[in-house]
Amino acid sequence: MSIMSYNGAAVMAMKGKECVAIAADRRFGIQAQTISTEFDKIFQMGPRLFVGLPGLATDVQTVAQRLKFRLNLYELKENRRVKPKTFLSMVSNLLYSRRFGPYFVEPVVAGLDPKTSEPFIASLDLIGCPMVTEDFVVSGTCSEQMYGMCETLYKPNQEPDDLFETISQCLLNAVDRDAVSGWGGVVYIIEKDKVTKRLLKGRMD
Amino acid sequence: DGVVLGADTRATEDTVVADKNCSKIHYLADNMYCCGAGTAADTEMTTQMIASQLELHKLNTGRTPRVTTANRLLKQMLFRYQGHISAALVLGGVDVTGPHLYSIHPHGSTDKLPYVTMGSGSLAAMATFEDRFKPNMEKAEAMKLVRDAIAAGIFNDLGSGSNVDLCVITKDKVEYLRPFDEANIKGKREGNYGFKRGTTAILSTEVKKIPFDIVSTQVVTSRSDSAMDTA
Repeated sequence: MSIMSYNGAAVMAMKGKECVAIAADRRFGIQAQTISTEFDKIFQMGPRLFVGLPGLATDVQTVAQRLKFRLNLYELKENRRVKPKTFLSMVSNLLYSRRFGPYFVEPVVAGLDPKTSEPFIASLDLIGCPMVTEDFVVSGTCSEQMYGMCETLYKPNQEPDDLFETISQCLLNAVDRDAVSGWGGVVYIIEKDKVTKRLLKGRMD
Repeated sequence: DGVVLGADTRATEDTVVADKNCSKIHYLADNMYCCGAGTAADTEMTTQMIASQLELHKLNTGRTPRVTTANRLLKQMLFRYQGHISAALVLGGVDVTGPHLYSIHPHGSTDKLPYVTMGSGSLAAMATFEDRFKPNMEKAEAMKLVRDAIAAGIFNDLGSGSNVDLCVITKDKVEYLRPFDEANIKGKREGNYGFKRGTTAILSTEVKKIPFDIVSTQVVTSRSDSAMDTA
């Protein structure tokens, strides 16, 4: 029994043309039993900044809360919105502070720079090693399936609507090959002026 | 009279490649860089910690830090953690006493040598060095040797891959060459796997507009060029 697959989760993020997309499944289960199909793993940290937290569900909630707390203090002290890159460092520090007793989450950060609106995606491992990429990031129990789907379907500089199709198909097909993730999906498309949240219709098994 | 550091760019999670182009040559100071092998988070955080300590030291002493100082700081920290911080480092830099190269093991032992290798591909790289290393090589020759050593690791070791990054440190300047050699370029996709808009079934949509923060307001009134008529 692996701790990371106790609850099961799948989160991915992709870069598009002046937009980013972040998607996750919606299952909350305890090993084989599904408890809820409306468990959100993507948390909004700013008007254009989101963090997805797959992994042990209790740590998902705790890390989201602790992160929001630190972020609020930051924004009060600095009197400005945090940059995605800085936020990535915040997550990294939070996780590495627990180096020898870690939070069992492997976060995904996606957002647009508050000033320049430049897209940004990154992921971290459970002890906080940051990884910034130019195309896509995946994290969760079906990460290998997601790597396969994204590597095949991803195209750089897609329009928001096309990016939505790509990331949705990547997520849906990857979680269909994983027993402990799925049961619905949610996709956030983050653009300069709006955020669109769409719930996906997927296999509920 | 300089140091050449090299690294590959693959980061793995067991046997899955997590990052195809990660940066393994970390900044410590303007005159010192450190290559890190082992657990990525540990190498990243350890080098950042010591870089910060070096900056404070530089401000306290008013001098550019010596490579041996960084070596001490690193080894003392790693020994304190008894090897639990899995960071195997190759530290190189040039200071007032000349160019120096150290290898630092996770348990805290260090070696000061003319050429060192660390990581899973270290055997392949060391084989290249043992064959072709000569003292006092020219810069171009040294760069080629390091590139070939990393390439040996990339092609023969499964834990190393992608590109070769190089960092050449001399007394006057640092050349951070990323990538120095793109040894593995991704193939071109022949087919189009895009989906038509509307392919995915959607249950619900929610659009939230983001209000823009007003940074400055400028009101420009149109004023006719002729002055006011005051008849």
